[in-house]
Amino acid sequence: MKNNVNRELPDDVMNALDYQPYQTTNIGNPDIQRVAPSVHVQTGDDKLVDSIEDVVKATVKDGMTISFHHHFRNGDFVFNKVMRVIIDAGIKNLTLAPSSLTGVMNDMVIEAIKAGTVTNITSSGMRGSLGDFVSHGNLKNPVIFRSHGDRARAIEHGDIKIDVAFLGVPNADKLGNANGMDGKAVFGSLGYALMDAQYANKVVLLTDNLMPYPNTPASIKQTQVDYVVQVDQVGDPDKIGSGATRFTKDPKELKIASTVNDVIVNSPYFKDGFSFQTGSGGAALAVTRYLRQAMIDNKIKASFALGGITKPTTDLLNEGLIDRVMDVQDFDKGAADSMHTNPKQQEIDASWYADPDNKGAMVDQLDVVILSALEIDTKFNVNVMTGSDGVIRGAVGGHQDAATAKLTIISAPLVRGRIATVVPDVTTVVTPGDSIDVLVTEYGIAINPKRKDLQESLGHLAGVPVYTIDELQKMAAAKVGTPKPLEFTDRTVALVEYRDGSVIDAIHEVKD
Amino acid sequence: MEIKQTALAGTLESSDIQIMLSKGTDGITIDLESDVEKQFGDQIRKVITDTLAEFDIDNVKVKAVDKGALDCVIKARTIAVAQRALQTQNQPAWEAF
Repeated sequence: MKNNVNRELPDDVMNALDYQPYQTTNIGNPDIQRVAPSVHVQTGDDKLVDSIEDVVKATVKDGMTISFHHHFRNGDFVFNKVMRVIIDAGIKNLTLAPSSLTGVMNDMVIEAIKAGTVTNITSSGMRGSLGDFVSHGNLKNPVIFRSHGDRARAIEHGDIKIDVAFLGVPNADKLGNANGMDGKAVFGSLGYALMDAQYANKVVLLTDNLMPYPNTPASIKQTQVDYVVQVDQVGDPDKIGSGATRFTKDPKELKIASTVNDVIVNSPYFKDGFSFQTGSGGAALAVTRYLRQAMIDNKIKASFALGGITKPTTDLLNEGLIDRVMDVQDFDKGAADSMHTNPKQQEIDASWYADPDNKGAMVDQLDVVILSALEIDTKFNVNVMTGSDGVIRGAVGGHQDAATAKLTIISAPLVRGRIATVVPDVTTVVTPGDSIDVLVTEYGIAINPKRKDLQESLGHLAGVPVYTIDELQKMAAAKVGTPKPLEFTDRTVALVEYRDGSVIDAIHEVKD
Repeated sequence: MEIKQTALAGTLESSDIQIMLSKGTDGITIDLESDVEKQFGDQIRKVITDTLAEFDIDNVKVKAVDKGALDCVIKARTIAVAQRALQTQNQPAWEAF
C-alpha cells in the first residue's frame, strides 16, 4: 500500500502490526481514551534497595516492555548497568522502549539482541554501530521510530505499555521524590522520563545521591515510584551535554543563520509575544544570536521558547527578551543550571510538549521553529533518520512535532561534501512536506508553494534570493553529480510513525 | 605509457582526494577508499581513468583516498599526480586542462 507522501509500505508488516498509512498532518478533534498503570499498594517504607539484581528479579519477566530515558545522553551509566543484569539473568523477548538510544548504549543493545534478551525496539532514534547493525537486518522485528510527542501519545494510548521503567536521577529520597537538577550528574529537565514515571506499571529509580526525606522540588513523585536503588554513579557529568556552547565561525553556517534570521524577522509572526524553538546545531545557535539583536532593535519580546534548551536561549530569558522557557530537555550545563535558578524556566513533560492527542500541546501554540535536515526533497519532505548510504543514523526527536509550528524553517546547506541535501526524493520521509514552510540554504531560500502568504512577505528581501525547490535541487545536482541509487532488500528493518501513530515510511535492509 | 616515479597529490581534508600513482604492469588498477563509494565510486574511477588517458598512461597502480571531492577536484589532483609521476610538472600539459 502507498501512503499520502507516496511511500510504498510493506503490506505484510502493516497488516501484522495493524498499522494505518499516513494520510494528513491534521489531527482533528477525535475523542480518545487514555490508559492508567497498575499500582502495587504500599506505604513506601521498603522501597530502598541497594542491588539492581534484586529489583530486576522482582520486576522483569520474559516478554515484558522495559524503558529508560536518555537525558544523560552519552554520559549515561544507568542503561548499561541495568541491561548487564537483565542479560545475565537470562531474561528473553523484551521490548526495549527508551525515549531514545545514545551511542554509549549501542554495544549493550547489540549484545542484548544477539542474546535474545531484546527482540523489539521502539525509540526516537539510533546511531553508529547499532544503526548499522539494525540496517543490516540483525533484529528480526522492525524497529518502531516515534517522535517525542508520538511516544507520549503511544504511552497514553497504551500502544506502548511499559511494564518496568528504569529511570536514573541525580537525586532522590528513599520514597522516590526526585528531580534532574541537584547532584553530580545533573541534566536539568526530566521531560521525557516523566511519561514513564506516570504510566509504567513499575517505576524503579536509580540514584547516586540519596537525599533526606522529603526531597523537593519533586519532578518525579513518591506516588509513582516502586523502588529506589542506590548505585555508585548514575552518569558522567562531562559527557551529558556539550560544555560551554561556542558559536560557529563556519562562514557557511553563519550565512545560513543570518538568512534564517531575515526570514523570521520579515515574516508576519515576528511581533511582540511571538514564540520560537531552535535546535542545538551550530547554525541554530547562531540564529539565536542574530535573533537576539533583531529583538532588541525592534523592541520585540518573545512569550516563550520551547523544546530542547541551550544556554544562548536561557541567556535571552535572563535578559528579559523571553518571558518563559518551556523546557523538555537541556542540551548543555548552562541551560540545566538555569532551570535551577530561574522559576520562569518551566519543566514540561513530553505530552505537554508535543503529544498531538491532547487538550492542547505547547507545539500547537508555537509560532516559529528552526529545524535541520539530512535531506529535503522537492516535495519539502524531510529525512533526519537515514544517512546518504541508507543506514539508520539519526532520530525523529521533536522534528515532526515542532514542524506543526506556524512558520517551520528548515536550515541546511545545499550540499555536504559530495552529498546533496536537496534531492528529488528523500531516502526516508520523517516529516511530511505539508509541515514545512521555508527551506534556507547558503545560496538562497525556497518557499513551500502552498504558502502564498509567505511568498508575498518573503519573496523580495534584499540579499535573500528566492528559488523554487526544484531549482535548488538542480543546483545541488550540478555541483555533485547524480548519485547511483541506493540498493535495499525487500526486508523491512524499521517503520517510522507519524506523530498520530500512522506510518509515514518504512526503512529497508541495506544491500552491501 | 608507464610512469617514471611514484608520486602523490592531494590531502585528506574534507572535500579533497589524495591520489598516489606507482608503477604497474596490469593496466590501470584503482584502489579506492571513499565514504561515498556506494553512490559515486564508479564516477570517481571514471574521472581518474579518463584523466590518466589524456596523459597516455595505461599501466599504473592508483591508490585514492576520497573525502567527498567533487569531479573538478578529482580531475585537478589526477593531473597534478600524473605530471609528477611523469616528471613533467615543469611543462604543464595545458591541453589536459
